[in-house]
Amino acid sequence: MVGATRSDRLTTAGGPSAARRLGGVANAVALRLAVLAGFLVVWQLVTTASGSIFFPTPVEIVERLWQTVFGGQGTPILDHLVPSVARLLGGWTIGSLAGIAVGLAVGASGRLRDYLDPLIHFGRAIPPPALLPLFLVLLGLGDVMKVAMIAFGIVWPVLLNTIDGVQSVDSQYLDTGRVYGATRADRLLRIMLPAAAPKIFAGLRISLSIAVILMVISEMVAATNGVGFLLIQSQRTFRMLDMWAWILLLGILGYVLNTALLAVERRVLRWHQGARRGADT
Amino acid sequence: MSATSPRSQVLLDVDHIGHVYGRGGRAEHVAIRDCSFQVRQGEFVSIVGPSGCGKTTLLRCASGLLQPTDGGVSLGAVPVAGVPRDLALVFQDYSRSLFPWLTVRRNVDFPLRHLGLAKPERAARIERSLDDVGLAGAADKYPWQLSGGMQQRVAIARALAYEPAVLLMDEPFASVDAQTRADLEDLMLAVWERHASTVLFVTHDIDESVYLADRVIVLSSSPASVVAEIEVGLPRPRDQIETRSLDAFVALRAEVARLIRAPRRA
Repeated sequence: MVGATRSDRLTTAGGPSAARRLGGVANAVALRLAVLAGFLVVWQLVTTASGSIFFPTPVEIVERLWQTVFGGQGTPILDHLVPSVARLLGGWTIGSLAGIAVGLAVGASGRLRDYLDPLIHFGRAIPPPALLPLFLVLLGLGDVMKVAMIAFGIVWPVLLNTIDGVQSVDSQYLDTGRVYGATRADRLLRIMLPAAAPKIFAGLRISLSIAVILMVISEMVAATNGVGFLLIQSQRTFRMLDMWAWILLLGILGYVLNTALLAVERRVLRWHQGARRGADT
Repeated sequence: MSATSPRSQVLLDVDHIGHVYGRGGRAEHVAIRDCSFQVRQGEFVSIVGPSGCGKTTLLRCASGLLQPTDGGVSLGAVPVAGVPRDLALVFQDYSRSLFPWLTVRRNVDFPLRHLGLAKPERAARIERSLDDVGLAGAADKYPWQLSGGMQQRVAIARALAYEPAVLLMDEPFASVDAQTRADLEDLMLAVWERHASTVLFVTHDIDESVYLADRVIVLSSSPASVVAEIEVGLPRPRDQIETRSLDAFVALRAEVARLIRAPRRA
């Protein structure tokens, strides 16, 4: 009797609960895939039934994208994808570095923050595309304009999140730094920066999706290459299937970039996840 | 027991300090009033006072983290302005004082980066101090992978590696369980004797203050001021069971308790 209860307890503690958790994960994945598959089937059925030239079927769209990427026919895709990604990452990197640097300085200094706060909030409130005409006049049609616009558009979420992160650094971390002879640079780079990193990454994620948007907009307005350029070209020449293929490509690009950033974040902030989990238990 | 000759030398001199938060304002709060005491070379001194009496403020003033509004502190006859190089502080809340983004080794290394040590000496100091606190095997773990008691050991190791002339401790064992606390007390005594260091230990626990110290400074309730200084004089090395069952220990404990509970002198 006693033996039976003990073995019962053992099985509930070990095997089935772990198996159930695994089963739960498998179920969740299966459900997600089912929803996705269902969506594609409905899309396929509706577009086939309608026969509209504006709405090609998903099978056709994927086929077209596949042909341009791997089939070697039509547009050489790398000639457009590479400049697009270069502009996007260039603008995002410059804007992010500027946002983090200025955010650290402003967040660390109460007085600077008081002075600059209204300015920063005003800057953030300007929709970046509204500045496109100005950037065109100032910087012309080239890559500099596009990179500058992306950088300007994405700097705000990074800046605000960095300021917020630095402000909410636990004062005892800073006291510890003071006790152990931390220099000003230590204070900024070895205490405030890592302590604010979780919030900074939240800002970087927002800014990455804004960067994709601005890349497309800037290429639609003034470019001779790039995925945004292809998109607007195909629309203007009524190549609807191409247009859908580029939309799909942009979706994939955004998804891949976001996934890559999440992977980096998980690596860099491993301590943060661990510390949070440690605090929970 | 520690040598007697350098004992006479005053290391930390807290001279008539007082601290008022928000002086002149509506929320003015007198945290400490006219506190004076001295810590001599090689001494283990504890400060005991009721909870919320201003012990932490007193220690922050003594460490140079906080500039007292009255009086002054000097360390080795040099007036303290900002935290001196020769002083280290172990905080009560280890989880907010160890950096969670650094491994144990790099946490202990943090104070050593600007001391101009050669690489091997730096590594040796880290090993030695982790060894001193019994955590030689945990160097590559992160603080959050350790128990509370082990985290506080890391904080102690970090302070030891810095080799300060005086080590200040702010209720360092207040948030660990009783058994761990006893272990950490004995660890602290062993480390103090081995390094012949000087320790100023703040606690609200009367037993702990008597058990550890050569001398107990008793504080009044808020605003904190020194009520009495008691020479402990219990034999060393001390032992959790033997020392605590000595008549002298029991008598000292009762005396400190009476002093803490006594109504304020006007």
